Amino acid sequence: MKVIFRIPKPHQVELQGRRRVSELARELGFNLESHLVIRGDDLLTRDAVVEDTDTIEVRPAISGG
Amino acid sequence: MRCVKCHETASVDLPSRNAAYCAPHYLEHFEYEVGHNIRSLKMFTTDERVLVAVSGGKDSLALWETLIRLGYKTTGFHLHLGIGEYSDLSREKTESYARAHNVELIVVEVEEAVGATIPEVSTALRRVPCSGCGLTKRYLMNRTARQQGFPVLATGHNLDDEAATLMGGILHWQMDSLGRQAPALESTHPKLGRKVKPLYTFSEKETASYAVLRRIDYVVDECPNSTGALSLLYKDVLNRIEAESHGTKLRFFQGYLKNLRPALASTGQKVELRECATCGEATTAEVCAYCRMVDRVYKWKQRRVAPTPAPVSPPT
Ligand code: SF4
Ligand SMILES: [Zn+2]
Ligand SMILES: [Zn+2]
Repeated sequence: MKVIFRIPKPHQVELQGRRRVSELARELGFNLESHLVIRGDDLLTRDAVVEDTDTIEVRPAISGG
Repeated sequence: MRCVKCHETASVDLPSRNAAYCAPHYLEHFEYEVGHNIRSLKMFTTDERVLVAVSGGKDSLALWETLIRLGYKTTGFHLHLGIGEYSDLSREKTESYARAHNVELIVVEVEEAVGATIPEVSTALRRVPCSGCGLTKRYLMNRTARQQGFPVLATGHNLDDEAATLMGGILHWQMDSLGRQAPALESTHPKLGRKVKPLYTFSEKETASYAVLRRIDYVVDECPNSTGALSLLYKDVLNRIEAESHGTKLRFFQGYLKNLRPALASTGQKVELRECATCGEATTAEVCAYCRMVDRVYKWKQRRVAPTPAPVSPPT
């Protein structure tokens, strides 16, 4: 699967094998309280399963200032 | 996870509320609660004109969208701060939202009002950009609201903003600001409008979820000056606690509103407001902080453009 981060710096991570969003968050070190996990036009909950062929975006929901 | 309403696959899970929703039911839940917040704190009615501060980010656009859908009379207010590409993109997204929804938008250029952009103000004052920026936003929003006949001003502050401000206030025991922090503030002077924050019960993730599911085209990038802001550190700490103990942020802020604020309000000193000798706006000082800032920026600009005197050569 492809995991895209646009913020703070655009980068992309490739992972093998399906897993739950909560496992993904633990592995990649982001907090689900402050990040959206987006697949296409939809949002994924923490128990949703991301497939090997999926492309998802992890987007911080926190703004400063 | 299944939607608590229809048992379809959920798109948004809200552990702090023990609930999960599919996209349509999440949008319904969000809009219902915003309406409930407005009515229960008597923020405004459908007869009043509301000026909505819109930055182009997720919170303010989510707020505007919801108020329009709930049938409130809104006008957007956007300040173009002059912070490079970030500000240009913010204005562009705000204007295109207003056009697409056929709603009125007032755009004010900080460079015209203050005489300099926010980065220039920061250089002139030798202070972090957020200090002049915050002051400018508060002043111009309030003045515009009054001049254009809006009795109430709505901002997109969410639960994370409020909880982080509260945490900062407590860590540094800022008793003045602690006593004043509230989701609905009455006018305290004929020249100050009411200020309300209808999204104060929603976390940032909840407002962002609403914006994404409503397909609102918002500015995802952050203001370049926000990196390293203390408020971001407080938000991060609060969200780490939230991940271990759901509902902490909401209980923290609601608890303050219920327990601490009334106590502070009854013991706190009343601030005496008068009119600024220069501009006539409400202030506690002889000349308001905004006018003093504009004056310093003006003098800084004068020094910059003044030609350096030519060396005087001795008479021959
Ligand atoms: S981060 Fe600071 S400078 Fe940027 S918009 Fe917010 S208050 Fe203004
Ligand atoms: Zn549903
Ligand atoms: Zn003044």
